Amino acid sequence: MSNAPATSSGARTLADVKVGAVAVITGVEGERPLAIRLMEMGLLPGTRVEVVRIAPLGDPMELRLRGFHLSIRRDEARGLAVEPE
Amino acid sequence: MLLAGNPNSGKTTLFNALTGARAKVGNYPGITVDRRSAKLDLEGGLGLEVVDLPGTYSLSARSAEEEVAAAAVLGLHEPVPAAVVVVVDASALRRGLYLAQQVVETGLPTVVALSMMDEARSAGIVIDAEELGRRLGAPCIPIVAPRREGLDALRAAIGDAVAKDADLPDVADIDLPEAATEKLEAIEAVVEDWLAPETLALRRAWARWALLSVGGDELPDIPEAVRVAVDEATREDDPGPLLIALRYERIDAFVDAAVTIEEGAPEVSITERVDRVILHPILGFALFAVVMALLFQGLFAWSDPAIGLVEDAIAALQNLVAGLMPEGPVKRLVVHGVIAGVGNVLVFVPQIALLFLFIGILEDSGYLARVAFVLDRLMGGVGLHGKAFVPMLSGFACAIPAVMATRTIESRRDRILTMMVVPLTSCSARLPVYVLIIAAVFSPDQGGFVLFAMYFLSVIAALGAAFVLRRTVLKGKKPPLVLELPPYRMPMGKNLALNTWERVRSFLVDAGTVILALTIVVWGLSSYPRDEGVAAEYAALRAEASQVIVESGALDDRLSELEGQETSAQLPYSFAATLGHAIEPVIEPLGFDWRIGVGIIGAFAAREVFVSTVGIVFGLAHADEESAPLRESLVAATWPDGRPLFTPLSGLSLMIFFVLASQCMSTLAVVKKETGGYRWPTFLFVYMTVLAYVVSFLVFQVGTAMGWGTG
Repeated sequence: MSNAPATSSGARTLADVKVGAVAVITGVEGERPLAIRLMEMGLLPGTRVEVVRIAPLGDPMELRLRGFHLSIRRDEARGLAVEPE
Repeated sequence: MLLAGNPNSGKTTLFNALTGARAKVGNYPGITVDRRSAKLDLEGGLGLEVVDLPGTYSLSARSAEEEVAAAAVLGLHEPVPAAVVVVVDASALRRGLYLAQQVVETGLPTVVALSMMDEARSAGIVIDAEELGRRLGAPCIPIVAPRREGLDALRAAIGDAVAKDADLPDVADIDLPEAATEKLEAIEAVVEDWLAPETLALRRAWARWALLSVGGDELPDIPEAVRVAVDEATREDDPGPLLIALRYERIDAFVDAAVTIEEGAPEVSITERVDRVILHPILGFALFAVVMALLFQGLFAWSDPAIGLVEDAIAALQNLVAGLMPEGPVKRLVVHGVIAGVGNVLVFVPQIALLFLFIGILEDSGYLARVAFVLDRLMGGVGLHGKAFVPMLSGFACAIPAVMATRTIESRRDRILTMMVVPLTSCSARLPVYVLIIAAVFSPDQGGFVLFAMYFLSVIAALGAAFVLRRTVLKGKKPPLVLELPPYRMPMGKNLALNTWERVRSFLVDAGTVILALTIVVWGLSSYPRDEGVAAEYAALRAEASQVIVESGALDDRLSELEGQETSAQLPYSFAATLGHAIEPVIEPLGFDWRIGVGIIGAFAAREVFVSTVGIVFGLAHADEESAPLRESLVAATWPDGRPLFTPLSGLSLMIFFVLASQCMSTLAVVKKETGGYRWPTFLFVYMTVLAYVVSFLVFQVGTAMGWGTG
């Protein structure tokens, strides 16, 4: 949980990343239990994440990281601050 | 010995391959997580009990269900294991190694089984297992469980681990900075008071577990002192994220050292290609509709011959036993209570088996995760989990397998919510009731629409109930969706068969006994007390028939006819009739008299029993929903003052009551089993019955006041 106020300052979060694009996580914000769960699944600062697709109804999103595929909701993705690769 | 691993890591396949699939399936106390265990024979006559832990990505836990893995590995409520085998999917090494790293940190003898080596190889992943083992601090054994590759080596490694003579260098622990170490030591101190772990490594592992698990959790056994210590440690400069990051740093270093990716490996995996179709906005939905239609068709139609077979076999057995036993209360109990009760249990088996076979295929192939992915938004609108779709759909066939099918949903709150609304979906046992009433009070051209309206009402009621319950009784933050989309794999027949059998067996043993007992009770209520005068009269008629009729077929027919008439003649004296009269003042505002009341009481055994019970009340034993005499009796039935009993309005009110009321004791028995207590089945019964009463009341009273469909 790097303490850069990524979400509040309007910087990009994983929820804003376009399908097919790759981003690097810079901070994991949000409530501690969720943040820890995401980090334990490998969504750590410094991790490269590709947004593979968005579900047909617009949510959740499918990510590729560390050689596997993970699905999280946009709500959860908003807690992940990113910068383009 | 414990078998741990990520979901979809091939853990169950390995468990079955290692133990020859002689698993004992039990339950962890208080929660419905299966505890599968079996004996493993090692060389030298050593036998070990192997426990197949629920699939998990981490030992960290937020709920009692998730705590199972940590409690088993770290030795809460039970001694620490002799060894832990962590199954790591070789084609997704980094994710699986996180759990392996956590287990290694406990200092317990650990062996890593690198599963799915064939998939890894074809993806061009080359793993130096020895190097990986040296760095991790636990032997890594490559296996392909379905082909039994590497199993002997794995057995040998387990034997060495248990005997504590694994030949591995000591691996240094994670290098945490001093500030973090101090914070963890403060937690260790309270852990020492709480559990007094046997070794330093275990104490450290407990402290790390608490650091990542406690806080905003629903864990049952955490002492206040531990909560306070974790809260202190995390208030400023939380060491948790650092601990996770250091673990992954290590794992990345292992993988860099031990894994090479071959040149020329396929760029896009098969799974990715398949997903382009399956998760396509249009093609994907079309395919989904086809899969679900097949599942539904299977539950409805394919199980029908098997259900018919069960019913025929039970009827044959009843006839056989009836012929062998002397007349009397014991015979009636055995034939109409016990054997009918066994039939009431067995009749669910075909649908349960089929549904779990389907779900096994959907889950093991990787498709069920995609269903959740595609439908999460839609189901989430009323607060349901994406994976609730399959149970909800199955509910239209029967709520019993559907309630059991909620096991695919990990979060307890999501699971219970699904169980609370599934019984509102209009199951197939309601159909005979609709058919009978529609035929009695509606014209044929109205019938189809009324039937459709009942199904529509049930959908609206189920979704509406989910919406309301999520905001009231089951209030709480929507649990996050963190769902792996595993690679597509061919389901294995053996795993499917075992899983289906374990579900059927669990139903027979746990819910079946309750259903049997309740069937006998309902039968007793509608059969006793008896009037001796009526009994004597029919005994005389039977004796007379036996003397007059010589031809045996004709005699059987006459005796069966007399039995039906006697049942009808005795009914007014029974508890059920007394109860029917007693509840008449309560159900009269719904448009029902005591005879319908008796039918509703009988329907508690199974909804379709309403038809035969009402048949008995109207003096027509053995009637079914297509029976013209029964329909005519219903049309002719009146209140004492001469008003017709069945009008389109009272028929509608009765059908609505059947859509909404919780009348199925088998459902309640299964919900009790699946939730581990009386609280949720009681709640289910009360809320559905109140809902049914209120809606039927409003429909009948408003309808009567407006003069709709009363004549």
